[in-house]
Amino acid sequence: MYTELAIGLVMGFGMIGPGIGLGFLVGKALEAIGRNPEATSKIQTNMILGLAFTEAIAIYALVMALILKFV
Amino acid sequence: MATELHISISAENVATFGPLNISNSIFTSLIVSTLIILFLLVINHSLSTKGKRTKPLQNVAEFIVEGFYSLVQGVTGDHKKTRFFLPFFMSFFIFIIMNNWFGLLPGVGTIGFRESAEGTQHAVLLQKNIDSPVSTVQAATLAQESESEDLVPAMETEEDTVMSETVEPAETEEHAEALFVPYLRAGTADLNTTLALSLFTMVMVQVIGIKYLGLGYFKKFFNFKNPIAVFVSVLETISEFAKIISFSFRLFGNIFAGEVLLVVIGALVPLIVPMPFYGLEIFVGFIQALVFSMLSIVFYNVATVSHDDH
Repeated sequence: MYTELAIGLVMGFGMIGPGIGLGFLVGKALEAIGRNPEATSKIQTNMILGLAFTEAIAIYALVMALILKFV
Repeated sequence: MATELHISISAENVATFGPLNISNSIFTSLIVSTLIILFLLVINHSLSTKGKRTKPLQNVAEFIVEGFYSLVQGVTGDHKKTRFFLPFFMSFFIFIIMNNWFGLLPGVGTIGFRESAEGTQHAVLLQKNIDSPVSTVQAATLAQESESEDLVPAMETEEDTVMSETVEPAETEEHAEALFVPYLRAGTADLNTTLALSLFTMVMVQVIGIKYLGLGYFKKFFNFKNPIAVFVSVLETISEFAKIISFSFRLFGNIFAGEVLLVVIGALVPLIVPMPFYGLEIFVGFIQALVFSMLSIVFYNVATVSHDDH
């Protein structure tokens, strides 16, 4: 039962940071596109790279939860 | 909804040759490597500068190489370095993306064998309420088809199917404890594969640092000029190991989480709903391959620059 609580806490707290990060990233990228629409493709590729890195932090939490659950 | 959700965080053993254990992810990555090597051999065979027109395959190969060349050139900004880094970039990218996408093929992770006390059943489908080998499933569907075609002569076959239906559930109850092992599993959905890739990358970073800067490269890790420099060098050393972990867990986590997502969604709603998730997984597979190879190139490039310069 404590394991399940731990899984819930890992996912819950682990998603806070990446969630804020993803929001910031996309918001700033959209702002930049709004200012300079010609640079859209460049901003977009860099944004997707940044998204992958930010999402990876959430994935670490998910891996921990999966290890707790299945190992 | 007592569906068998087959989720295993580690790769399972498929075959053993003496002291060598072949796990299903090694098996898959061997298949993928073979396919890539065959493709490259075919391209190599079709290369020519003689004819007026280049062959289509050569065009494809040139397109791929030029695209990657400009990508690496954008990071390094030096043609000599780009020539040196490009093979690493391309092998990482192609190997990882092919492994990621191979895991999405139907049959990967769903066809396997079932180990139990009575012995092993081969070519078993992992599916709801179908715990029998593929051949008997096919036979049952054939029998049903013949039943629907002509009802009267099918009396005997109907009896047969009824018999088999009554027998099968008893069997499946016995097999409930049995272990299902799929033949194939995406190579990058195994932590061992990604750890090997990231270890290779980080060792290559040190090798490239020594190649470009000589022994002066190690000044980065052993710097005793002042207390701050000592602290920085300790941090550099730790971050070198942290990179291995983050490299391997990023790739493994993304691909494994994708597989779990597809399994869970497939168990909840088997029709249509999983399709956008497949699209997402194709995209994630591409992005993770790009991130892994781009990041390794960035680290290679950083290793070639002396620490005092920046």
